[in-house]
Amino acid sequence: MSKVTEIFERNRKSGESTLIGYFPAGFPTFEESLEACVAMCEAGVDILELGVPYSDPVMDGPVIQEATEVALSNGFRLVRIFELVSAISKRVATPILVMTYWNPVLQYGVRKFAEDLKKSGGVGLITPDLIVDEASTWLEVSDELDLDRVFLATPSSAQNRVDRTAEVSKGFVYAVSTMGITGAREDLDRKAREVVSKVRTASGSQNVAVGIGISTADQVHEVNSYADGAIVGSVFVRAYASGGITELKRVTKELSGK
Amino acid sequence: MANSRNLRDQQGPYFGEFGGRFVPESLIAALDQLETTYRTAQKDPDFQAELAELHRTYTGRPSILTEVKRFSSHAGGARIILKREDLNHTGSHKINNVLGQALLTKRMGKTRIIAETGAGQHGVASATAAALFGLECVVYMGEVDTKRQALNVARMELLGAKVIPVKTGSRTLKDAINEALRDWVTNVDNTHYLLGTVAGPHPFPEMVRDFHSVIGKEARAQMLQEFGALPTALAACVGGGSNAIGLFHAFLDDEDVQIYGFEAAGDGMDTPRHAATLNFGKPGVLHGARSYMLQDEDGQTIESHSISAGLDYPGVGPEHSWLKDIGRAQYRGISDSEAMDALRLLSRTEGIIPAIETAHALAGALKLGRELGPDSSILVNLSGRGDKDMETAARYFGLLDAHE
Repeated sequence: MSKVTEIFERNRKSGESTLIGYFPAGFPTFEESLEACVAMCEAGVDILELGVPYSDPVMDGPVIQEATEVALSNGFRLVRIFELVSAISKRVATPILVMTYWNPVLQYGVRKFAEDLKKSGGVGLITPDLIVDEASTWLEVSDELDLDRVFLATPSSAQNRVDRTAEVSKGFVYAVSTMGITGAREDLDRKAREVVSKVRTASGSQNVAVGIGISTADQVHEVNSYADGAIVGSVFVRAYASGGITELKRVTKELSGK
Repeated sequence: MANSRNLRDQQGPYFGEFGGRFVPESLIAALDQLETTYRTAQKDPDFQAELAELHRTYTGRPSILTEVKRFSSHAGGARIILKREDLNHTGSHKINNVLGQALLTKRMGKTRIIAETGAGQHGVASATAAALFGLECVVYMGEVDTKRQALNVARMELLGAKVIPVKTGSRTLKDAINEALRDWVTNVDNTHYLLGTVAGPHPFPEMVRDFHSVIGKEARAQMLQEFGALPTALAACVGGGSNAIGLFHAFLDDEDVQIYGFEAAGDGMDTPRHAATLNFGKPGVLHGARSYMLQDEDGQTIESHSISAGLDYPGVGPEHSWLKDIGRAQYRGISDSEAMDALRLLSRTEGIIPAIETAHALAGALKLGRELGPDSSILVNLSGRGDKDMETAARYFGLLDAHE
């Protein structure tokens, strides 16, 4: 069983919420992102989603876009993602999934990226612009190396697509709560429940976490009442940008309820 | 060359190893709907008749051929013949695709279109179609381009479109596409993304090509009828590659016709400031398709440079990548200064002011003519007129200073 799956199991048994927290690697610098990620994990994030800064992040809203632009302009290089994963893993036990657009992986080499991720202690990838239909190499390599692979399901996805996504995803399925890009929204779309229910229909055993638009502790709690976890991104980035580690820890504790 | 007799029959999603759908899952349902709607329309005589009638009574098709003898005296004596897409309504080839996709938008029951634009030609064409069909229209344009193409911004607004300056990344065409994709992800229920080039996820490369293939179909028949032979070579400028593929497509299986695309070499092919994707790029994934693209070793997109906003793009359509790799077409670079010289030459020898994008094809044809010799003929896609570029051209040639 993957470390990510174990976390869901554990929290399900103890009745606790699962919080998946995103932070961009290299934001604002390599060292500062290391400290920020460790702080988030210590303050209650159950699974860390570490973002690879990319020049053309079409699934991300302005907060994350700006943060990844800062990371790139401060010289973040792709190869350091493994160094970062390894450094975080040495200090906390939280499983780390790397969130990356597909081109950086393609250029690095899918197999080599997967091998280096494995070596560094990372547990898998979240791939926002890679659909299952285009993922044959990644499916093969992740099977071989026993890495998690998180694909997206959205309100517009037909049931037969969700079936396939739920079948091949490992770790969990990323249920996109609303038609839109990352960024906090005041009300969670009811569509989130529909996507989760499509995943449940597809598979009785697959975990599903809801992301996009989640910003408050109440939303984290509510999402956990019908899904297996809540994914939060922009809020952490904004917290760090406004008040550094202190504010990041405060927000993490508030959202995790721990 | 494999399958050399049916290169024209290529359908998406893949052109060799290029193409595909590398987009967030959120867009798949819309792409599926678009593909289904398009496949149905392709086979529907009513759709084809409606589009043909629009082209006859609104676009002004067929566009004519013009032989430019004074211009071609600078091309080693080769005959140069222009396919006059600049005479289309809105001043470029872009209207061919826009009308087709606007009809599909109506068929899908959508009420809003969004578009990206670099030079403004596609934005103007989209705003035009939106006005004609009563659709809401939002055009994303890099902030840098809104400045160098201010007149086109005014045009789009006059047509009732909303122009949103994009302030992320390099603030040019690439980022305008990112922003349009973000809008589409958010508003896909009522919105069609009217993509303006042969890039992007399937079915765009194939569908946009098909809508522009009227250029080559007409030109091929006109060459046979008016000149009694097919041309020795074709020349077109390539940014994303829509006007080029529109001309090339009908000739792909004419093995004796050589095919040349001309990319923007910006400051020069020996400098890092260019937009020569097929010459200097590597295969990668950008804006939904696998194709050649300008990128660093980490897969981060490198910003392109060109005096021409319409060619200032670090990607290219997947079918061009395939045509390059199988050797059916050759792609060369033309610098800013070579293009501007050709722009002035055509203006002064023929009384035709081409768009700066198009001037790259003209500069390429001049060089090509000297290589191919006096017995050759070169068919150039005159993809757009230069009205929109007057400010850039006037500044470049110092025409404004003289009167100050």
